[in-house]
Amino acid sequence: MKKYILSLLALSLLCLGTIANAKSIRIGTEGAYPPWNNLNSAGELEGAEIDFGNEACKRMGVECEWVTQDWDGIIPALLNGKYDIIIAGMSITEERKEKVNFTNGYMTDGARFAVLKGSGLENLTVAGMDKVNLNGAGGKEQAAIGQLIAAMNGNTVCVQSATIHQNFLDKHMAGAVKVKLYPGVDEANLDLIAGRCDAILADVGSTMDYMGTDVGANVAFTGPTFSGGVFGDGVGGAVRKEDSDILEMWNKVIAEMITDGSLSEITKVHFGRDISM
Amino acid sequence: MNFELIYNNFFIIISGLDETLILVIVSLSLGFFISIPFALARVSSIKILSKSVYFYVFVIRGTPLLVQIYLIYYGLGTIEYVRESFLWIVLKDPFYCGVLALVLNTVAYTTEIFRGGIQSVTIGQIESCKSLGMSRIAMYRKIILPCAFRQALPGYGNEMILMVKSTSLVSLITIMEMTGLARNIMYKNYAPVEAFLAAGSIYLFINFLVVQFIRFLEWKYNPHLRINS
Amino acid sequence: MLRFDLLIFGDAGWGDELIISSLMTILVSLSAMGLGVFVSVFVTWAKISSNIFLKLLANFYTTIIRGIPELLVIYLIFFGGSASIMYVAKIFGYYGYIELNAFTMGTISIGLISAAYSTEVFRGAYSIVNKGQAEAAKSLGLSKFNTFLKVLAPQILKHALPGLGNVWQITLKDTALVSVTGLVEIMRQSRIASNVSHSPLTFFLSAALLYLVLTTFSSKIFNKLEDYSNKNNVTAL
Repeated sequence: MKKYILSLLALSLLCLGTIANAKSIRIGTEGAYPPWNNLNSAGELEGAEIDFGNEACKRMGVECEWVTQDWDGIIPALLNGKYDIIIAGMSITEERKEKVNFTNGYMTDGARFAVLKGSGLENLTVAGMDKVNLNGAGGKEQAAIGQLIAAMNGNTVCVQSATIHQNFLDKHMAGAVKVKLYPGVDEANLDLIAGRCDAILADVGSTMDYMGTDVGANVAFTGPTFSGGVFGDGVGGAVRKEDSDILEMWNKVIAEMITDGSLSEITKVHFGRDISM
Repeated sequence: MNFELIYNNFFIIISGLDETLILVIVSLSLGFFISIPFALARVSSIKILSKSVYFYVFVIRGTPLLVQIYLIYYGLGTIEYVRESFLWIVLKDPFYCGVLALVLNTVAYTTEIFRGGIQSVTIGQIESCKSLGMSRIAMYRKIILPCAFRQALPGYGNEMILMVKSTSLVSLITIMEMTGLARNIMYKNYAPVEAFLAAGSIYLFINFLVVQFIRFLEWKYNPHLRINS
Repeated sequence: MLRFDLLIFGDAGWGDELIISSLMTILVSLSAMGLGVFVSVFVTWAKISSNIFLKLLANFYTTIIRGIPELLVIYLIFFGGSASIMYVAKIFGYYGYIELNAFTMGTISIGLISAAYSTEVFRGAYSIVNKGQAEAAKSLGLSKFNTFLKVLAPQILKHALPGLGNVWQITLKDTALVSVTGLVEIMRQSRIASNVSHSPLTFFLSAALLYLVLTTFSSKIFNKLEDYSNKNNVTAL
């Protein structure tokens, strides 16, 4: 009786789902993270990673199907089988490696604080360092962070939740600044303009894109550009641990696109500079 | 099922309990007191009064609370005029935006509950009041409102439980109450069941207490319904 | 501030996307409500049965769902969903991946919530229907099944209609909470549009308007249904 009911349940659930076709790859992306990936008013996805993904699929000879998913559910949806790979500006971190495998990095961008012009927090410099790499962080890097904490003490910093930027603030600046979490970067940007945030922490590309819009004209960078350490090692595609074949396919095509320079061309179009790895 | 994780999560989520409770208590209290004149307006014979309140109730009850919360927090934040006015002192803080949205929502529902209570007072009782020469105000104060509250208790109890659950939506405008903390745990540990169990059980417990409180009020204010009276 | 130009149809505006998302809202609400009513019939039956274990299980289900915020229920089903479904499939030797698309996840999450509320409505409606009706049917020789189908069920439905109308409104508005599943209904589409165009006011007001249209329309339909079911009511003259 129990087995009968369970089998009915399983059958009905199987009918509700479909199994992925081997000849097409479903790619999960956020669709709210310009210029990496975003939806436009025509309802289409556009951005550096969209171009990259489409080109990669062409080279691999498979059909690409893009699926959008909110950032906070993006890894669970991969594990749920909603798509086969995540290409959404996701940085390669040890924490995430526990749940998914990453392809080799294909793009990399630093993280930087941004504030409103005239807020008094612009143009913060720390120990004369433009770039702070937290890999193997030594005294110099710690001092830089310490200076930043002193300058921003008591302020509110806004970040997108479940990101490396949130991890950085939780690990290095907890207690010194008030952290506000948002489901997407644009909500954080809205609150920066509204004055609810003193600063935001996001990657350089995304903030630069925002500064290019008319509402974001008043935003300016401050402090050094961070990379490494808790910020991970570049942006890679995330796949389920058992899909090693998908992983290999993508690593091959990524290596190909790096060597022949097409990846760097794509990034130059969308970011205005070469951020390929 | 990682029990150690549930145990640890429990303490993280409990730290958001005070935020949840403050939201519930402030919103319910404000909502309760604002609903009384609104309900009176709804039953008044001044058409424009009852129609305006009805319109308000209609709009609030016809749209999801989440949309209302987003409109107040993000929508109003983009209006320059609001940002430069004195309203910004209140609207800048997500807590007050959350309270505003919750109060607007609960007033709409509570007004209808109170209206039902007021209208349930039988015509016989009203006639008795008039025959005793009571003024309108006395009639309301001594007979109608107390009767109305008693009638409204079950419905209002339900509204209280809905309020406790509604506070979870303000986690989407950066308020770190229990649901927000639970969601954070889900992102970091990918352990949804443990986080859900920890948070869910606390909400259940609060609602259990609310149900007991309402039962007590019903017992206290319905002495004529008690078995041994 | 209010950008009406963004609401036009076609490629340059979000109007068409918003209308399509409204259709999605209606679709997922209908399927969730359908699932909810279907499940609640069983749960109500369990609640009114004399089997203590069934009663306990049913009460446990409705207490939990009605006592915990909907957002948490949706998170549990979404974040934890595949694990349980995979577990069930593994019992039958299926080790591949079952894709649970956004629509399914949305339907199941909202449907389970809706079922808990529908159960309370049906339970209340059942208790209003006069026990004498069942006895009269029995004395007329109607089988238990026929009694239920021809005598009890229509009356239960009639009394349940206002409550079900309420559950429908709740279900319709709860669909705004399923963004995490990635389903593109009104709320998610408005958020996407608001993020791209940086004008939340325009799109959240549009969302509110769309929901208002849907709820108003629904309540008019339910009022007509109630009038139809009440037309043969016996009233003292």
